[in-house]
Amino acid sequence: MINTISKARKIKGLFLNILIYLAAGFICILLFGLIGYILYRGVPNITWELVSTKPSLLQGTVGILPNILNTLYIIIMTLIVVLPLGVGAAIYLNEYAKNKRLVKVIELATETLAGIPSIIYGLVGMLVFVQFFSLGTSLLAGALTLVIMTLPTIIRTTEESLKTVPMAYREGSLGLGAGKWHMIRTVVLPCVIDGIVTGCILSVGRVVGESAALLFTAGMANEMLNVMNAVQPGNAGSSLTVALYMYAKERGQFDVAFAIAVILLVLAFIINLSAKIAASVLKRKRG
Amino acid sequence: MERIKKTAKLMEKAMNLLFLACGSLTILFVILITIFLVISGIPAIKEIGIFNFLFGDTWASTAAEASYGILPFILTSVYGTCGAIIIGVPIGLLCAVFLAKMSSQKVGSFVRNIVDLLAGIPSVVYGLVGMIIIVPCVRSVFNLPDGASLFSAIIVLAVMILPSVISVSETAIKAVPKEYEEASLALGATRTETVFKVVIPAAKSGIITAVVLGIGRAIGEAMAVMMVSGNVANMPSLFGSVRFLTTAVASEMSYSSGLQRQALFSIALVLFLFIMIINFILNMIVKRGKQGD
Repeated sequence: MINTISKARKIKGLFLNILIYLAAGFICILLFGLIGYILYRGVPNITWELVSTKPSLLQGTVGILPNILNTLYIIIMTLIVVLPLGVGAAIYLNEYAKNKRLVKVIELATETLAGIPSIIYGLVGMLVFVQFFSLGTSLLAGALTLVIMTLPTIIRTTEESLKTVPMAYREGSLGLGAGKWHMIRTVVLPCVIDGIVTGCILSVGRVVGESAALLFTAGMANEMLNVMNAVQPGNAGSSLTVALYMYAKERGQFDVAFAIAVILLVLAFIINLSAKIAASVLKRKRG
Repeated sequence: MERIKKTAKLMEKAMNLLFLACGSLTILFVILITIFLVISGIPAIKEIGIFNFLFGDTWASTAAEASYGILPFILTSVYGTCGAIIIGVPIGLLCAVFLAKMSSQKVGSFVRNIVDLLAGIPSVVYGLVGMIIIVPCVRSVFNLPDGASLFSAIIVLAVMILPSVISVSETAIKAVPKEYEEASLALGATRTETVFKVVIPAAKSGIITAVVLGIGRAIGEAMAVMMVSGNVANMPSLFGSVRFLTTAVASEMSYSSGLQRQALFSIALVLFLFIMIINFILNMIVKRGKQGD
């Protein structure tokens, strides 16, 4: 066997290979460097006092409990509104729609929504919910803005899950005399729970990480709100991300900012993990 | 019996309408967003004049003699995005090649998890780390008075677009038929040559999709960029403090009024147009890719 690969080709191949491994290594180092640094700077600053109190100018203490609660409120409010809408839209697209052109337009609109940057959502949310519907800068306005933002996610995951439900289930149910809605409620929906759950997890991820859309809709206040106040218009409150931004950029309190960053990272990991588990359940069912 | 049937039928009809309403919501939202942006964005453009607005090179919204030219923002956004693509896409593409062709299953899924985690990190966290690490680094390496600059923003953006570039190009590379590779290998090309001369050209449309997606991400990012770019309305220079279209909207919104506020909405409208054009291009590529199959 004659070796016909010239030296130049070999060197070039080796060079490209090295580049490929470097790129992959870079990604790993990037993530571990990021995590390591954030933990290193943030973990020492997480104290019970920080996560269990509200900031007090009088005592000069900083607490992020209001921000944690606000994030929670926004997540719950967003999900409560977006779930029925998103699942309903997916059901329409997959079960009811007969007009091909309408389906195409809806899908195009969904993709468009998914591509709009969050700062634009923030601005439109401010114009529509804060001013037009005069909800004021409030958690409610922030949550409603995020509803529009997360709608494409819910629609897409539910639709994918709906497509895995075998046609025979539907035919069986209809053949026994069930109406379409009855069939969907009793046969189709129970089958797509896991897809809906995946959509919820992904949406929660987006909500937790969102900041630009909340800055002008949910506001920057750090007051403690109870559940009743949270759902009322006019009660502003900053989420963890917005609080991080304010502490880092406006006040230069980097210790607090890194503590919040640690919490956000942990949340991101939990969400990522749950999404993976949900996806594997979905895959097993499909396979 | 007849009554039950009637109510059931009515119920069916109601549900049908309800679901139709849900389905149409996304269309409604897109129209709503467009209308609100256009209505609130047009007045300022009219008052300032479209030419002065788009091509004016000074933005001095709070000066006694205010001037509203957004050319600095447009150029900064374009340069910043280009820079992020130039740095981010090669790294992302190489990493995608690694995932699709070079890695064992175990290593591959490990790196894939890492990419997913990177995608899940909120943008303010990237901004924070950029502010604390990259900005001081840029300052000391290039000996600048302030490290918050276009260059720092480009680095942060490049990192932020990596996950989507990697996952989309990996999918594209994996979709290339095995026969192409086998033919190339049989003709005597090495594995690396096959990847770069056969597989990547064949996955071209998918990789372009990844790039366009990255452009969309980079041009729309606000918070992280705001924290590292210095936020002064200069004409863009690599090591100068700059303001992007997104950060121009975000930074003045809280205290703006009158024409200044209207001008901010106009900036948002311009940004929206950019995004729509990018979305349109993305759709065209995807459609053409589908027809090619």
